[in-house]
Amino acid sequence: MTVSASSSPGAATASMSPLVFLSRYGTFLAFLALILFNVFMTRNFLSWQTLNVNLTQVAPIVIVAIGMTLVIATGGIDLSVGSLMAIAGAIAPMIFMGKLFPVDPVLGVALALVIPILIAGMLGWFNGFLVTNFRIQPIVATLVLFIAGRGIAQVITNGNLQVFKNPEFQFIAMGRIGGIPVQVILMLAVAALAFALIRQTVIGRQIIAVGGNEKAARLTGIPVRRVKLFVYIVSGALAGLAGLIVIARNSASDANLVGFGMELDAIAAVAVGGSLLTGGRANIIGTVLGAFVIQLVRYTLLANGVPDAAALVVKAGLIVAAVFIQQRASKA
Amino acid sequence: MFPAILKPKTSGDLARLCVIVALFGLIAFGALRYDNFLSSFNMLSFLRYNSMFCLIALGMAFVIISGGIDLSVGAVAAMASVCAAMLSNHSWYAGLAAGVGAGLAAGLLNGFMVAKMRIQPFIATLAMMLAAYGTALLLANNQSVSVSYETGFTIIGQDDFLGFPIPAWIALAAFVLGWIVLERRPSGRHILAVGDGEMTAKLMGLNVDRTLVAVYAISGALAGLAGVILASQFGAGQPTEGIGWELFAIASVVVGGTLLTGGSGSVGATLAGALLLSMVFNILNFENGLGWISLSAYWQSVIRGGFLLVVVVLQARLNKHSHEGAAA
Repeated sequence: MTVSASSSPGAATASMSPLVFLSRYGTFLAFLALILFNVFMTRNFLSWQTLNVNLTQVAPIVIVAIGMTLVIATGGIDLSVGSLMAIAGAIAPMIFMGKLFPVDPVLGVALALVIPILIAGMLGWFNGFLVTNFRIQPIVATLVLFIAGRGIAQVITNGNLQVFKNPEFQFIAMGRIGGIPVQVILMLAVAALAFALIRQTVIGRQIIAVGGNEKAARLTGIPVRRVKLFVYIVSGALAGLAGLIVIARNSASDANLVGFGMELDAIAAVAVGGSLLTGGRANIIGTVLGAFVIQLVRYTLLANGVPDAAALVVKAGLIVAAVFIQQRASKA
Repeated sequence: MFPAILKPKTSGDLARLCVIVALFGLIAFGALRYDNFLSSFNMLSFLRYNSMFCLIALGMAFVIISGGIDLSVGAVAAMASVCAAMLSNHSWYAGLAAGVGAGLAAGLLNGFMVAKMRIQPFIATLAMMLAAYGTALLLANNQSVSVSYETGFTIIGQDDFLGFPIPAWIALAAFVLGWIVLERRPSGRHILAVGDGEMTAKLMGLNVDRTLVAVYAISGALAGLAGVILASQFGAGQPTEGIGWELFAIASVVVGGTLLTGGSGSVGATLAGALLLSMVFNILNFENGLGWISLSAYWQSVIRGGFLLVVVVLQARLNKHSHEGAAA
């Protein structure tokens, strides 16, 4: 509190209001509080296995939520992420199992890692095309693929469960480099890249500018159309990557289930992480923390015998509280 | 309501005319192509099953016209179906009241979050969706709750009145009431004004908060009513039903020519939109019955998504032209 007083002169900001304080550090405090609570209250919390379970469960959420952060920063939203995960997850096994075209095993795995992500990226482009070209509100534009996308994945696989065992492909989820699960490394890499993108690159600044005031951004010569296309493509491709990780982890791909409800988790992570949902801000570290907080809340409740259904109610309260605090603080 | 639509003045009117033409086109297609499509059995079971979807689409229309969105309707319907089933052994009206009451309570809470806490409708109702599913699962202990068959509760969803399914009567009554409230009373003007711009509405002296709470309450209560019909029709309260209903409802409203930006919209066209999207599935069943092609049920969502795509692109085109026309 004293720090802010010394850095910004003026009576109004002399002391930070509790709301502003909460909006800046609330997520981090909640994270610390959850860790502390678990250290004392949950048995075996400080174990490799607990860490592993939590990290692997949170990794796909973080990856999707980072794409969502970029989309939300431009003032948009992407409801289609869960369906794109299902599509990527449906196509990949068909490629390396040689159902689509005959292919040798090594090349098959390589293609199974690349093609689904490219397709998800193209579908993301389609979302962006609807938003920019036809000026359709993002929530409706991405609703199209939200509805149709899972159907496409189900049609491709005829609704069947695809079971597989392919250590090379599953390396992205089961593998370890230096003892760290590969999906955690992927998660950190995506977060680091997005952080650098926002902080260091021109397009990063442009994303923030478009979300802050689209008209002003256009008048200053920012290619608004291209910036928006970019964020939807990134969001789609990251959803594709998350889809691959999820099916690799499960050794199975079920088009009905892969990525189901993911859009809610991702949006919740962004909201709890402190990015305003109205755009103009992209707090990547906040989103990562937000995803961890949501995961830890769920874990804490489950580990202490609270049913999963009650955890849903708590998650709802958490989202409302986070958004309420952010908005009040941004007006204060 | 139809005469106004048949003389299109704005792009919205034109879009609404299109959806009604498309609905009749689809019915004509079905009637010519399939033998029993227009049979009373098919039409009545179609109406019986789809009444609950029409009810949530109506509630969604109110919310969207006010400039908001309600993502919680599916979960609220599920929760209401559980509440209704649990109280259906007392009497049929206890079940009905429990379901509608649960929906109304959820809707009021949504309205409170949107109007008083100033949380974006999207987020507030998303949170309600999670909370309602959680509550439904907790109440039902993660299973479906069977309803009482002794108190006449199942009549609501399964029986006919004057040869017409009771759920369809309920939906019809709700749409007539909705049409009166939205298009024939001052209350409707208030909702449209709030959807057009809250600031302006406030400056005109309208009670914006009360209007917002009212539309979410209406949506919640109608979702609750849909939940009662669900429980009554299938003989059980189903905590895991209702997933994706909100998107069906939004799609119906959008296909019905209502812009998601609020400030315009029509009850009749929403009904046409809901029936149109439901009929796609009915036609698919008949097409499969012919045996020439075999489309799995999964095509349903692909086709619905495609429909939504065509409609929103057409709407965007129409709007662009009308804006250019106004500028010139």
